[in-house]
Amino acid sequence: MGDIARLIGQRFGLGLIILLAISIIIFFMVELLPGDIAQAVLGQSATEDNLAALRKEMGLDKPAVVRYLAWLKDAVLFDFGNSVVTQEKVTTIIGDRFLNTLFLAAYAAVIAVPVSIALGVVVALLRNSIFDRVANVVTLSFISSPEFFLGYILILYFSVNWGLFPAIASISEGMNFLQLLERTFLPALTLVLVVMAHMMRMTRAAIINLLASPYIEMAKLKGTPPWRVIVSHALPNAWAPIINVIALNLAYLITGVVLVEVVFVYPGIGQALVDAVSKRDFPVVQACCLIFASTFILLNLAADIGAILTNPRLRHPK
Amino acid sequence: MTYTRDQVVLDRLAQAARQGSISRRSFMNAAIAAGVTASAATGLWTTSAKAMPKRGGTYRVAQHDGNTSDQHDPGKYQSNYEISMTHTFRSYLTMINADGTLGGDLATDWSATPDAREWTFKLNSAATFHSGAKVTATDVLASMNHHRGEQSTSAAKSLLESVEDIVDNGDGSVTFKLGAPNADLPWIMPDYHLPIVPANADGTANWQSGDGSGPYRLVENEFGVSSRFVRHEGWHGEGAYFDEVVFLAINDPNARQTALVTGDVDACSLLENKTLALLGRDPNIEVDNISSAQCITMPMHVDVAPFDNNDVRMALKLSINREELIEKITFGAATIGNDFHHSPAMPYFPSEIPQREYDPDKAKWHLQQAGMENLEVSFSTADSITTGAVDAAILYAEHAKAAGITINVVREPNDGYWSDVWLVKPWCMVTWGARPTPDVMYTLAYKDDAAWNESHWKNPEFNKLLLQAKAELDDAKRAQMYHDMGMLARDDGGTVIPYFPNFVYGRRSNVKHVGQLSPAWQMDGYRHASRWWFDG
Repeated sequence: MGDIARLIGQRFGLGLIILLAISIIIFFMVELLPGDIAQAVLGQSATEDNLAALRKEMGLDKPAVVRYLAWLKDAVLFDFGNSVVTQEKVTTIIGDRFLNTLFLAAYAAVIAVPVSIALGVVVALLRNSIFDRVANVVTLSFISSPEFFLGYILILYFSVNWGLFPAIASISEGMNFLQLLERTFLPALTLVLVVMAHMMRMTRAAIINLLASPYIEMAKLKGTPPWRVIVSHALPNAWAPIINVIALNLAYLITGVVLVEVVFVYPGIGQALVDAVSKRDFPVVQACCLIFASTFILLNLAADIGAILTNPRLRHPK
Repeated sequence: MTYTRDQVVLDRLAQAARQGSISRRSFMNAAIAAGVTASAATGLWTTSAKAMPKRGGTYRVAQHDGNTSDQHDPGKYQSNYEISMTHTFRSYLTMINADGTLGGDLATDWSATPDAREWTFKLNSAATFHSGAKVTATDVLASMNHHRGEQSTSAAKSLLESVEDIVDNGDGSVTFKLGAPNADLPWIMPDYHLPIVPANADGTANWQSGDGSGPYRLVENEFGVSSRFVRHEGWHGEGAYFDEVVFLAINDPNARQTALVTGDVDACSLLENKTLALLGRDPNIEVDNISSAQCITMPMHVDVAPFDNNDVRMALKLSINREELIEKITFGAATIGNDFHHSPAMPYFPSEIPQREYDPDKAKWHLQQAGMENLEVSFSTADSITTGAVDAAILYAEHAKAAGITINVVREPNDGYWSDVWLVKPWCMVTWGARPTPDVMYTLAYKDDAAWNESHWKNPEFNKLLLQAKAELDDAKRAQMYHDMGMLARDDGGTVIPYFPNFVYGRRSNVKHVGQLSPAWQMDGYRHASRWWFDG
């Protein structure tokens, strides 16, 4: 177990370095965008006069490196500063939205992960049957069509034609948990459909890969029924790749949902990021990107730990 | 007047009111003129004429252009969400009525000295902020000074440039002292940057608190997501029929329309032109298609070759088929332009100016005069300017081919268009929001020394008329001046004006209005929350 602690320590150290590098890249990418914050805020109504006044008020008259270092100094102490545009604290702007994004991601994951693993096991069992083909074609079509299109199709049937679920997922305080689940069902379903194919097909492939191994042959020869061969013999050894794919998809559920947010009017973090980029609101862009980067780092770490824990050879190295 | 003639007038008025072709204010004025007392006229309006507005209900609106970066500082107002919000919880000195005329909001009365250099606004003594405090001259001063002075970051700074001083007269009125005459000052006051906010003790404007004196009080707000308002009991104006108003920021046009179709919202701003016909078929939905003073312009820098030659400019103005653009690009939701920036939705519109037609042969003749047959020019545009902006430019290029002109359409990035293309490239496509009067528009973008003189056009005759019209308090004389200025811009100016996009928005059929809608902005000049009501 000491190895795992060391691995976690190492990964955290590396993660911090990666975050620092990302923050530098993001800052200078925002700088590279044409026009500056003052121009983006005033838009068509900018004149030389009010541009200069606004630049001064926002501190844009200082060089880029000085502004970056000032931001970094506070960020190390977990103070991500204020939005340049609205002067509100970044944590206030992003806080609730991040929780909303986490809620939607969790909602989708709770449905998608068990269903796709179960489906993966079933199609591995019935491989090359009609069911296998149909499941593959259907899930592949979902992953191949853009999310907003899937969203529109779901809205057309579930809310416009059948009136089962609300078309917009605007949530407000004071809604109870069941209302929340109902309101956000369509966006969650869209996400489920989008991530399912990847996880299901990886489960299927990992299991089928193992089916040629001698120990599976042995299990078959001693008369174990096919579903037991897969569930108790093949699956335990197939976890590592499956966990990796799950981790990637969970990260996607948090970072890649901006289109779903737009289509369903869900107040998540993706929309905040898009707005911030269009207004060159650097502290908000930075905070969003760091959250996304940390999500990837943490989930990858979790996947590696998961792979070690499910593999006795790695758990007990010689 | 005899009794019978009065009756005829009243019957006609009642009919006009039923058809919605007359506003309540005009109805009252006319009825009183016909010898009816004010209280009787009110009774007439509510019983015999118009369906009476009903109070009550929660009115939910899908509002476009809501951003996380929206905020409360009036000087930095830019998005439609902010503008829709400010008309719901803040108030202005004057406002544009539903019938397009100018009416009072916080000001009950206004008058100018004969030289139009001093304007005095009398404040409504009944007006209060949501905090309970009275709206005073001090608040007006603080709110206006927020846009003035060296340090101001306000986008409305240039609008109040001519104001030299604002004085509190101590009797509940304020006087604006102008450096140059301006007969239009009361028309500038409804500009969305100029709401009245409470003053701080030090005389600065307190916009941060979100307190206002508008028809509704802001109770919950998350920018880019939603806002909730409740009625401001004791509001000084007329209307505010809903108990509660909820704005939802819905930027995706499809999501907005779906919300309206499924009844998740009661009204929806900015419908997409291409689905208008389909939405109109739904019996539960009413579509409002209102001629506006928004404008698409195509300014050429008249000091840059080849646009410095008026024959080239005329050729380009003659080689655009405006009707086809309106039909194919806006699906009919636009009003035709005539190369002068004065929309039929603005006062003093000169309707006798002949419409410029598509005439490639005449364009060719002008090019021969200029000695520039086979003219080749670049035209910059971007997707974000207006729906179908790039398509419109390409269609124009096709029209111009018939006159032997090659227009190379350059598609610029949306990002930074206003800083890198507009006012920089010699010919580009521009969108203008609605302005209240021709004077404001011409002063902003056609006056010789204007910062935004987008075509660099400096016609001495035009500028002389512009200054004269500013000081002219006689309406007939002003109208004639705007006619002459329109002709000059049309035949000498550097701007091709294809059309004025209409405001197109929708509501559930149980949401009613008086039948007339202000052309100032979307959604009844964004005064929908205080002017509309639920019926059934």
